[in-house]
Amino acid sequence: MTAEFGLAALWLAAALAAFQLIAGSLALTERGAPLAGAVRPVAVVQGLLTLIAFVALILVFANTDLSVKLVAMNSHSMKPLIFKIAGAWGNHEGSMLLWVTVMSLAGGFVALVERRLPERTMLATLAGQAFVSLGFYAFLLISSNPFERLPVVPVEGNGLNPLLQDLGLAFHPPTLYLGYVGLSIAFSFAIGALITREVGPAFARAMRPWVLGAWIFLTLGITAGSYWAYYELGWGGWWFWDPVENASLMPWLAATALLHSASVLASRNALRAWTVMLGVVAFSMSMIGTFLVRSGILTSVHAFAVDPERGSFILGLLAIYIGGALVLFGLRAGTVTEGQRFAPVSRESALVVNNVALSAILGIVLFGTLYPLVTEAFDTKVSVGPPYFNPMGAIFFIPMLLVLAVGPLLRWRRDSLGRVRKILLIPAAVLAVAVVALLIFSDVKVLPFLGLALAPALAIASLVPLRGRNLRRTPLATWGMVVAHFGIAVALFGMASESAFSVERLVAMRAGDSTEIGPWKVRLEAVEPVAGPNWTALEARMVARYESGSGTTILPQARSFWSPPQQTTESALLTRWNGQLYAVLGGETPAASGPGRWQVRLWWKPFVSMIWYGGVLIALGGVLAVIGRTWSDVKRIVARDKIAYRRERQGR
Amino acid sequence: MATHAAGGLKPKHQRLVLLGIALVVLIAAALLAIWALRNQASYFYVPSEIVANPPAPDRGVRLGGMVEKGSLRTESDGVTIAFVVQDGEARVPVRFSGIVPSLFVEGSGVVAEGTLGTDGTFVATNLLAKHDENYVPREMEAMTKAQAKSVVAETQ
Repeated sequence: MTAEFGLAALWLAAALAAFQLIAGSLALTERGAPLAGAVRPVAVVQGLLTLIAFVALILVFANTDLSVKLVAMNSHSMKPLIFKIAGAWGNHEGSMLLWVTVMSLAGGFVALVERRLPERTMLATLAGQAFVSLGFYAFLLISSNPFERLPVVPVEGNGLNPLLQDLGLAFHPPTLYLGYVGLSIAFSFAIGALITREVGPAFARAMRPWVLGAWIFLTLGITAGSYWAYYELGWGGWWFWDPVENASLMPWLAATALLHSASVLASRNALRAWTVMLGVVAFSMSMIGTFLVRSGILTSVHAFAVDPERGSFILGLLAIYIGGALVLFGLRAGTVTEGQRFAPVSRESALVVNNVALSAILGIVLFGTLYPLVTEAFDTKVSVGPPYFNPMGAIFFIPMLLVLAVGPLLRWRRDSLGRVRKILLIPAAVLAVAVVALLIFSDVKVLPFLGLALAPALAIASLVPLRGRNLRRTPLATWGMVVAHFGIAVALFGMASESAFSVERLVAMRAGDSTEIGPWKVRLEAVEPVAGPNWTALEARMVARYESGSGTTILPQARSFWSPPQQTTESALLTRWNGQLYAVLGGETPAASGPGRWQVRLWWKPFVSMIWYGGVLIALGGVLAVIGRTWSDVKRIVARDKIAYRRERQGR
Repeated sequence: MATHAAGGLKPKHQRLVLLGIALVVLIAAALLAIWALRNQASYFYVPSEIVANPPAPDRGVRLGGMVEKGSLRTESDGVTIAFVVQDGEARVPVRFSGIVPSLFVEGSGVVAEGTLGTDGTFVATNLLAKHDENYVPREMEAMTKAQAKSVVAETQ
């Protein structure tokens, strides 16, 4: 019953989306104007209906209703409740429902609170949002119905892929989707602004908090996903340039560029067409990512069951939406008038560098991700990995970081480097000291060298905009920028340190053996069987000692799940302020005589946790900015309403 | 003042200059990417191809095939394994140090990432085995299709 209820809610929501599209479009014409009042409420109700459908799916999963095909295929009655719930989106259909839910909730939220734009632009925006949603409703209802029933109820479900049975699944996909799909708002705003030709500072100011919101979730989602892959896969890496990781990185790069260009448009009324273009590109990247993941044309640990029909369906949607938006852009770009001018040395120029560099990195990542598809068409199979992505990305990333150190100090419109030269002496000195120290004391490769040299200077430079300010009166948005830029420096330091100083040790040990890794001494006490709710495991008890400190027990496991039958490695992590010890238990090596030895793989990764702390700081910067901006907008709207109210009273 | 601020450029010209710079950088990025991809992409080989046409020793490649039955042995350090990958036509010895994927067994398919040494031994840095029923390395899918008969006959 719950399933049918959810399905009905979904169909209703789809019908409302169609109505929202028609009413929103007609309301832009003279004769359809009376329909305008209906658009916002419809958007809100549509959002609530999808939420009901999503809750219905969660209930079906929580109760393990095996008559629903999706539950039977992906769940199991013996799973812990949290994984039953999270399992609702750990599969293709459920995650598409999550996608649609986020999309229509975001649209409903915009309809409910956004009052900064002219009403006509809002109508066009909401119609655009409905237009995009409709395609995904069709996809969900026609080819991926999550509520489909089975004619014969199976005795037990197939279970959830054990790699997904982790708290990461409860957090990572919803966060990532809020970001991924939240960018649809930027897309719809861009379409609305193009249709009504209202590309200006007001448009940028209205769009910015929404983009910031999506970007915050995207940042957190990527950070969480990276940490999840790091400890769950047991490969010791935190970023693999896997197509799906790239699929989440590309919208992030576009959204980051969009945030910066929107700030130019909002403050200085420049980069008008470019900002609109980025609004279109950001969500297009989300859709391309979905296509890459869901069509099964690329292999990845993230790929769900492959179905060519779905691939062509999403490809069709991509063609309609991206193609349509680009055509609209092409038709209207000419009418978007030139913005204000600025000098080569100015805040605007620095932000242009940021935008061009981010776009170039986006292009590099996109090329590398699609290249295997292109060569496969010519019957050559290749894979593209870090040897391509790391240096190619760095070519554009490093100049961008240098500009990042200077840009926030420059004035809008026109400035001279002479004015900021003195302030930059400290970061420049730090950079020089770091370079010399690295040259003398260590022997690291080029990229980690650059990262280690730049990170401290960048951290200091990112704080310089606060110099000479009254810290209490500094706007929250400025704090946001400072925190986010500082986060970049922190993450960069973590990445460079991990890559430069990690040590790895692979040994076969008997119980009682000891081994050394970096500053650690690790002793294998015993390997014993343990059991969980739906798995059994071999667990190694090891005692790790940092230098001459006291021992800490770590318990890496090799787990065997029985439904579906699969083995996973549960790495054990020991975090100190200056890094992490990472332990993985492998198989048993039979010995000719006596007890067998256990394969153990250990890493000591100095300052690796900085990568994720940096990511969290970047997102925190976004949170500060969004609070600051929204607060000042709310104050302005309240003041405006008060003035209007007084005028009205005095006029009587 | 305004014209002075922009170094005497008219708005339209500034727009064109910006567009020009952006295009030049993006085209440069594209060219760089194409050049780097040709050099850095790691090609996929099956044993008969890698024997007939070996890649340079420092070039990272991927080798896919079946693990020959009876060829797997563990060396005395307990963590290095040696085995033979074959496709029914050629055999390539492979060495790997590390924790093997749980589904890696003799007679099953494997994709090894690494380099081919001058002595003809493939030194793997990573092994990808068939993960589960739903996840098969893409190259192996195509390989088993292309050479299904000989390989299946060999390994069954």
